[in-house]
Amino acid sequence: MTSVLQVPEPPTQAKAQVVAARTPRQNRRGLLWLLTPPAAWLLVLYIGSLFFLLITAFWFINPFTSKVVPGFTLENFVSILTVPAYLTTAIRSLLIALAVTFIAIVLAVPLAIYMAKIASPPMRAFLALSITLPLWAGYLVKLIAMRVVFTENGFLNWLLAPFGISGPGFNTSTVIITLTYLWFPFMALPVYTAVRQIPNNYFDASADLGANSWRTIRTVVLPLIKPAIIAGSVFTFSLSLGDYLVARFVGGSTQMIGSIIASNINLNPPVAAAFSFVPIAFVLVYLWVVRKMGALERL
Amino acid sequence: MKKFLPVLSTVAAAALVLTACGGDTSGNGLSIEVPELPMMETVGEPEGQLNIVNWSGFVEPAWTDKFTEETGCVVNPRVAGTSDEMVTLMRTGQYDLVSASGDASLRLIVGGDVSPLNLDLIRNFSDDIVPGMKGQIYDTINGQAYGVPIGRGANILQYDEEVTGTAPDSWSVVWEADSPYAGKVTAYDAPIYIADAAVYLMSTKPELGITNPYALDETQLAAAVDLLKQQNSIIGEYWSDPAAQIGSFVGGNTVVGTSWEILRKLTGEEKFKSTLPKEGSTGWYDAWMLSSTAANPNCAYLWMDYTSSAEVNGQIATTFGMAPANGAWCDTSEEAKAHCEQYHATDEVYFDQIWPWTTPIEQCVDGRTDVKCTNFQDWTDAWLTIKG
Repeated sequence: MTSVLQVPEPPTQAKAQVVAARTPRQNRRGLLWLLTPPAAWLLVLYIGSLFFLLITAFWFINPFTSKVVPGFTLENFVSILTVPAYLTTAIRSLLIALAVTFIAIVLAVPLAIYMAKIASPPMRAFLALSITLPLWAGYLVKLIAMRVVFTENGFLNWLLAPFGISGPGFNTSTVIITLTYLWFPFMALPVYTAVRQIPNNYFDASADLGANSWRTIRTVVLPLIKPAIIAGSVFTFSLSLGDYLVARFVGGSTQMIGSIIASNINLNPPVAAAFSFVPIAFVLVYLWVVRKMGALERL
Repeated sequence: MKKFLPVLSTVAAAALVLTACGGDTSGNGLSIEVPELPMMETVGEPEGQLNIVNWSGFVEPAWTDKFTEETGCVVNPRVAGTSDEMVTLMRTGQYDLVSASGDASLRLIVGGDVSPLNLDLIRNFSDDIVPGMKGQIYDTINGQAYGVPIGRGANILQYDEEVTGTAPDSWSVVWEADSPYAGKVTAYDAPIYIADAAVYLMSTKPELGITNPYALDETQLAAAVDLLKQQNSIIGEYWSDPAAQIGSFVGGNTVVGTSWEILRKLTGEEKFKSTLPKEGSTGWYDAWMLSSTAANPNCAYLWMDYTSSAEVNGQIATTFGMAPANGAWCDTSEEAKAHCEQYHATDEVYFDQIWPWTTPIEQCVDGRTDVKCTNFQDWTDAWLTIKG
């Protein structure tokens, strides 16, 4: 077996230093010009619009005309906690996002190890293509495809009919399956890249020391790819949390945070705005936990 | 009513006074406080543009091209998916006209978003307009018209005959927890669907004293919400997107549920049938309404007149699949006659069983004065708690 000599350095930091070093002082103005468009984009379009959306959360709605009236109230936030339907939906969305992330990890790790260390080059290319191929199709196309698969007279039930069983239909588990399908590449690709970067001789060393494959995966591979798993999980978690079309198309009567925001956006914009704090809060807590675990430093 | 309308519009100023005083002259027995807004006296030079918020199928090249040719007004349609979206779009002030359903119209009128209309300027608004679409509460307030009717349709009970065998004669199959089709029921995903629960309660729980499904006091609304929560446990899917609803029936996920005649037709399968259950139902009555900040009011008036003619109104009705407002169209051809028959266009006995969508407001539209009724915001808040 040939051993990989060097683990490539994480590129981002190094590159940034090079750019900074090469910039002469006289070129400060040039740098300013270079940075103004992206900074303006970020501040005005991204943070600015987000700010106006979020500030609406503190506004009222005129009960007679349903028009939004500027002011200050915390009632919209109180309703998230006091209306049982809102609270259960928030918790349900959180659990769905966690389930999607968990399933994606469980599927991605063995797949990445197989692809990176065991599969032949043609097989590896085929698998890499299979994982990335769905990314090339439109989101809605994939969603409608899943709807067609899971529909009562659809492909899955046709496939299962000879065994006398039927698929889940449209419900929460279908939402989890579909979300996992949609966001799986965001987990699989970073994990695969991370496994590839583990030198083969680590595996040899582990085997020489008497560890079986399970122990090698647990004590050698997993700690090394933890940053990649966390990076992937940030995607799968936050993308699942914010999604609403999946619940709408394959969820039956399942509601997620996005469903509540979507149905409130015309009916009661302040509640919709207040509700958009919920996924933000969840993701912030998630990132905080991840940081506490020390995983972000190695991203 | 027929005689009254021209009289009213010739003395526009007097009408405004009536409006301001809240005089009750409409025949629908209600006076509602609305903002005082000016009304057009004459149609002037067309502006060359017309921006419309409309339901899909209401503004199509098949009849806009001729309109542009005749008037020079270029029509820019903006299709909206729900009444709530229409209200939001109209409040941006960027549109001249809207094809408002009854669950949007009172909100727009009371909010001052739409202007009173001078029906004298709309020559095609004549005796040909079916009586059931004239001077109704959703577009005529205190005797003043705010809308020009386009068409109407009932919310019918659609069912898969291969599964049900016979026609269900009651809405109970979509409301009761022991429905034989539990898990395969669909319901309309909008707050106005609360009225459908109220219609059912009117026959099943007369002790609640509901006399109009859009005039619910707090107890009555709570009963409707309880019924909707009970229904939630047997729902397969809610629908708001017509295409998704068709797919849900065809794909076998839905067996019974509220629908429109056109959606049943679009399934393209004979096994899907529709019925108007014994409890009656709700229905949507659409009308053109003119924005109070319209930049192109002249083109808007010309459009309302143009689309009220038998020919164009019939085109819209066939494209969308509804009963036309202009009954005269039904006699223009054999196809028109067949269409009118299928959609009960001039059948007022049929539409007497239908409660036209009306925006619920605090003032009870059934005429009660001893209680406060729940308004659309209450319905909205209630609706969002049902699906949790």
